Amino acid sequence: MAQTVFAPWTDPAQKPIIEFRNVTKTFGDFTAIHDLSLNIYEREFFALLGPSGCGKTTMMRMLAGFETATSGDIFLSGKDIGHVPPNQRPVNMMFQSYALFPHLSVWDNIAFGLRRESKDKNFIGDRVEEMLRLTRLTKFARRKPHQISGGQRQRVALARSLAKAPKLLLLDEPLGALDRKLREQTQFELMDIQEKTGTTFVIVTHDQEEAMTVASRIAVMDEGNLVQVATPAEIYEAPNSVYVADFIGDVNIIEGRATQPGTKIGIAWAEGQPPILATPAKSVEAGQSLHFAIRPEKVTIDTERPDRPNTFRGKVIDIAYLGNISTYHVELAGGQMIKAQMVNARRLANRHITWEDEVWVGFTDTAGVVLEE
Amino acid sequence: MRRFVLIAIPYVWLLALFLVPFLIVLKISLSDIALARPPYTPQLDFAAGWEGLKSFFSELDFENFTFLTTDDLYWKAYLSSLKIAAISTFLTLLVGYPVAYAMARAPEEWRPTLLMLVILPFWTSFLIRVYSWMGILSNEGVLNQVLLWLGIIDTPLHIMNTTTAVYIGVVYTYLPFMILPIYSALEKLDGSLLEAAEDLGCSRLEAFWLVTWPLSRNGIIAGCFLVFIPTIGEFVIPSLLGGSDTLMIGKVLWEEFFSNRDWPVASAVAVVLLLILIIPIILFQRNEQKQREAEG
Ligand SMILES: Nc1ncnc2c1ncn2[C@@H]1O[C@H](COP(=O)(O)OP(=O)(O)OP(=O)(O)O)[C@@H](O)[C@H]1O
Ligand SMILES: [Mg+2]
Repeated sequence: MAQTVFAPWTDPAQKPIIEFRNVTKTFGDFTAIHDLSLNIYEREFFALLGPSGCGKTTMMRMLAGFETATSGDIFLSGKDIGHVPPNQRPVNMMFQSYALFPHLSVWDNIAFGLRRESKDKNFIGDRVEEMLRLTRLTKFARRKPHQISGGQRQRVALARSLAKAPKLLLLDEPLGALDRKLREQTQFELMDIQEKTGTTFVIVTHDQEEAMTVASRIAVMDEGNLVQVATPAEIYEAPNSVYVADFIGDVNIIEGRATQPGTKIGIAWAEGQPPILATPAKSVEAGQSLHFAIRPEKVTIDTERPDRPNTFRGKVIDIAYLGNISTYHVELAGGQMIKAQMVNARRLANRHITWEDEVWVGFTDTAGVVLEE
Repeated sequence: MRRFVLIAIPYVWLLALFLVPFLIVLKISLSDIALARPPYTPQLDFAAGWEGLKSFFSELDFENFTFLTTDDLYWKAYLSSLKIAAISTFLTLLVGYPVAYAMARAPEEWRPTLLMLVILPFWTSFLIRVYSWMGILSNEGVLNQVLLWLGIIDTPLHIMNTTTAVYIGVVYTYLPFMILPIYSALEKLDGSLLEAAEDLGCSRLEAFWLVTWPLSRNGIIAGCFLVFIPTIGEFVIPSLLGGSDTLMIGKVLWEEFFSNRDWPVASAVAVVLLLILIIPIILFQRNEQKQREAEG
């Protein structure tokens, strides 16, 4: 079966379902969203990632219609929705605080939105039962929100927002209160729902692993700005800034200066040490100060000098054992620390590198990214 | 032991201040009127011993209660009190709910001030406030003068000494008791619930009806009882503002006591009033308890 890659954002003929055009949002003299432009396409699973207070919820609230942009426009399916009230938008939102109706049972909470638009009792009943099954809440249907656990409440909020099968679903940290296992299950269920219904999802999360798992694209935000919008793999492998590299996953950042410009450059990073050989995405000038970012799992650690383009001598300072992998903290010459990650193929007792060992770390000349700021 | 004492204190208090007076009133209601001081017989005579006690109880009867049924003044007064209390409660709710709603929606820094303004009238004596309504409502009163001056009316409105004046007095006096519980329910209401309702397709009005109203219901019920219960037995307002046609049981009670000096019949009126009030009081407490359970 020929499967085309889902990447509408690369196709200029595609019309986005959501379009932010130079949107700014201020609260008093505080700018929460700063001149932001963004396209989200139909059937996307779009994740907003960023530290607390960077404006993720504000973006969602503008899409749902609870906040109006101070300047700029927001389009939904090509229509300016600036002045469309929330109840007339084909958008549903799952609130960060859940916002369940305390006077209604779980069942009635889920049925609330359906009752607003349909009079057909059977249809509503079937739909609610389906949602209850999906979120495994069937047993709790008759309870009030204050009679169930935090995780169950979160699932009710999720079920309620899913029930109307909206064109666009906004999920503000939908899975934060669930335990790991249930979270993973729900993530796959969300992806499944999305596959089946073709709904476009915008999800806010603090959990980068979650974003990596579910998202078609991730937007990394910082203080009301978009820093990078790209697929999870691109964000991880080719972050466009130290901020993104640092925010997503574990990373080694080494500061240095470009020596030999060209397609392969050298980065002088410490006195009397051989430069790091790296492949920049853009050409750089000699003497320009740079950051070199490399993921720990791309750094190898050996007792003998390996045959790799970059090899440096160092001393093991610390070993973090994480079960399936171990992270070695190695001090290089000049005090530069570097983390190297190894899969624990052998049992703990058989490992031959321990604390204070002199070792060689190595990586290829394409393993890391060269960042300008 | 200390625990026991701590628990006993409120019970002793209740016993001394509620149960004992009630028993005394009950006893008087079973007695007969007499030209004496106090104006009823029999008196409990401990000196007579066992015989005295026996004759004391044999003289108590339900005569006064039967008397209440023979004169239709009494049941008319009870019914009229219930009606006036019910209508006043409804009017107070009508005025109080929007006020409480506006207070709960006001900017947070204003709320303590608004709350103060609601409570402020309590700092003046209730009696003085009712008297000042006489100054407002009477034919030469402030209200009529202003309306005449504005040219809205040609002849003074006759409000004073009518049931309308009683309604105005009751709504004014008991308004804080309506506003405060509703305000406290509305203030707790999480604004994101209304957003969620709108998000799910409600208009503003539907969101109010489906979310705000049911969530303030406990406050409404509490407020209604707090107005309804004291209004039934209200005496000062109908006798100062009401007319001769304003029939309220509190006024009848007062007249029995002080004009007729018929303590036994007055006590019987009071006992029946209490029995009538017990039903709403029990309902009120049930509501409070349910609310506490829902919150707990
Ligand atoms: N109504 C408001 N009035 C004033 N400031 C606000 C208001 N709403 C949000 N802000 C500010 O805007 C900024 C962005 O808030 P937002 O809720 O979008 O953050 P967030 O990215 O969702 O954070 P979190 O991950 O903690 O939920 C914050 O600094 C917040 O204090
Ligand atoms: Mg948020």
